Amino acid sequence: MFEIVLMISLFIISLAMLGLIYRVIKGPTIPDRVVALDALGINLVSIIAIVSIFLKTTAFLDIILLIGILAFIGTVAFSKYLEKGVIMERDRNS
Amino acid sequence: MTEILKFFIGLTVLTGALLSLVTAFGLIRLPDVYTRNHAASKSATLGVMLVLLGTLLYAYQDTGSFHSRLLLGIAFIFMTSPVAGHLISRAAYNSGVKLWGNSVRDDLAKHRKK
Repeated sequence: MFEIVLMISLFIISLAMLGLIYRVIKGPTIPDRVVALDALGINLVSIIAIVSIFLKTTAFLDIILLIGILAFIGTVAFSKYLEKGVIMERDRNS
Repeated sequence: MTEILKFFIGLTVLTGALLSLVTAFGLIRLPDVYTRNHAASKSATLGVMLVLLGTLLYAYQDTGSFHSRLLLGIAFIFMTSPVAGHLISRAAYNSGVKLWGNSVRDDLAKHRKK
């Protein structure tokens, strides 16, 4: 029963990721695509959590933190690029 | 004890998965960037936090030791995901993405004009 519930929730998260991939492909503007990619990263975290329940291991818990940090840094860098045109500015006096 | 704990783990994981599905529906059906961002940055955060809470309970009852990395992951996602949503929404506004045609108020544009 427990495994069946976990399987169902894994299937539901996979459906949600397919919907997000649809938005990444079709999204009319670039911020749409960035929002959908950020949500994809967040959903990937929950997929890894459920798979680590399935495999009865705790070795993947670092990967959860790592994907959270990488999704945040990627979104911050891309929003800075969209807003200013550069990610790291060169002049220090402004 | 362990069966009740398994029931709660299944309940939290399933609720988190359904909230992820709600996120996907919001991103497909809502009309413009800002409403989509509203859907993505709230319900995806709560969904992944519930799934990680279920994983934390399972790792506790499976190995008997408390895995603080999962708690750290929950706290980190709770702090950073709304900030990322705010940043990308502000970048969308400043790079000139239009609001939905039927939206009635734009206080930021009124404020910028002054």
